[in-house]
Amino acid sequence: MKIIVNGEEKEAKQEASVAEFVSTLGFDPETVVVELDGQILNRTEYAERHLKEGCELELIRFIGGG
Amino acid sequence: MLQVNERPCDFFPGLRLEDLARRFKPEADVFIVNGFPMPPSTELNDGDSCWLIKRGEHISFAEMEHLLYARHTPGVQGKVKESVIGIMGLGGLGSVVATALARIGVGSLLLADYDVVEPSNLNRQQYFIDQVGLKKTEAMRQNLLRVNPYLKVETFEDELTESIIPLVFKHVSVLVECFDGAKMKATALRVALTLLPEIGYVGASGLAGFDDNNLISTRRIRPNVFIVGDGEAEAKPGQGLMAPRVGIAAHHQANQVLRILLGLG
Repeated sequence: MKIIVNGEEKEAKQEASVAEFVSTLGFDPETVVVELDGQILNRTEYAERHLKEGCELELIRFIGGG
Repeated sequence: MLQVNERPCDFFPGLRLEDLARRFKPEADVFIVNGFPMPPSTELNDGDSCWLIKRGEHISFAEMEHLLYARHTPGVQGKVKESVIGIMGLGGLGSVVATALARIGVGSLLLADYDVVEPSNLNRQQYFIDQVGLKKTEAMRQNLLRVNPYLKVETFEDELTESIIPLVFKHVSVLVECFDGAKMKATALRVALTLLPEIGYVGASGLAGFDDNNLISTRRIRPNVFIVGDGEAEAKPGQGLMAPRVGIAAHHQANQVLRILLGLG
């Protein structure tokens, strides 16, 4: 199915959880802030919330160093 | 009417700074007009605020404060003086952000770190060899108060977590994320967006190594919420953290804090 990720169309597995999809991008879900259809998700929701056709995902990924 | 060292003084056209010095303080060798150092021959205008100071003499709180901010853009000082800034992490980012904000005269800093100063920190962090082993919060407090004795410094020495961050920082004007670890960086932004929506926020991601200066940018996520960095350069084996590039990112953060305080976020 197609979803929108940071404004770009991407392919995602049907009913993938947020955590599964973020992992397929090569990111550790714990290092990513996720907004799904305009709502910032709590960390516990990453495994519980499933993506739907056409949904909009905003991802902000962090890398270490400070 | 003029102000001379905070006292009123009659104005007449053609009056020069050196005339005031002769009358009020002949030994003065620093002359400030409206917050800016000027030569003694400067002709004054009605309404000017003048400070006549003798270098090295014991000076009052008001005189010192005036001198410290003599190079500020006018109008900045009043706004930053009222602010409380929270800084999460006092490493290469946080120690530099705190120092810059102390120098511009923010009113109050709330500094959080549970770590001690180690020798490996000194390649980029604003501590000294004789502070190795001290808690970073304490070492930073000492250093900041040497820069700006009028700063109020509060510290928090336990580990910050998702549940503690909103409790500790709920009263700050702007919260600055200066963590080292990526998971805490993400956690802090999530907390800020969900639980601290009224507070300005400046985070950082991607500042290791010695890649191009200009890849480091300040990205606006929301009104008053920003992330600084190149988004790519991770601290990892083979790519270290060093003062120049971490400092670029830290000063992006500090300037963004200032912009938020001035209503430019």
